[in-house]
Amino acid sequence: MGLGLLEAVNQEETLMAIYETVFLARSELSTKQVEELTAKISKILETGTEGQNTEGKILKTENWGVRTLAYKINKSKKAHYVLIESETTGAALIEAERVMRLDEDVMRYMSIKLEEATTEPSAIMKKDEERSERTDRKREAA
Amino acid sequence: MADKPAFNKRRKTCSFSAPDAAPIDWKDINTLRRHISERGKIMPSRITYVSQKKQRELSKAIKRARYMALLPYLQVESEYQSKR
Repeated sequence: MGLGLLEAVNQEETLMAIYETVFLARSELSTKQVEELTAKISKILETGTEGQNTEGKILKTENWGVRTLAYKINKSKKAHYVLIESETTGAALIEAERVMRLDEDVMRYMSIKLEEATTEPSAIMKKDEERSERTDRKREAA
Repeated sequence: MADKPAFNKRRKTCSFSAPDAAPIDWKDINTLRRHISERGKIMPSRITYVSQKKQRELSKAIKRARYMALLPYLQVESEYQSKR
């Protein structure tokens, strides 16, 4: 890597931006373990690693619960879904992604930069309620 | 043409381009589901009339949802059931 690129990366890393991070945790984990994992990642997004002095903020945390996967990942059919929306630096986000990559309980993760902070709970939360009601009714009819 | 039936005149427009339309979100799988086929393929915009710009956004959203296992990459219904 050239020095010019490194400098550019360093500059990018100190700027604050809004990110949403969603990760999948193994379904064998208990709710408490998922909460601990969420807290661990939130802390990195807020404070970064030692010496970084990041002053990030967690804007929103959503636990989507255990969901059935659309296809099998690592031979499992289900996983815990957690969404964290944060305002933080690139460096803290890279560190959070590194920790998730090393953690064997995290099956998959994705971070996306947002244009602006969201105000409402994400679509998956409310649509799912309607959906489960509908399937319940279907089951009763059957 | 003048003798075309009235119900045929209305051309479908892009549902995402309406002024009050919600932005395309990869987490909104119920909306995305309407734009994939039974096999899980992305529906072409010539069938759904989604505008060029929105179709690009839509395909990105579907691909994100696929990666996070919210939507299938491909769905083979018979295979899916016999495996269980």
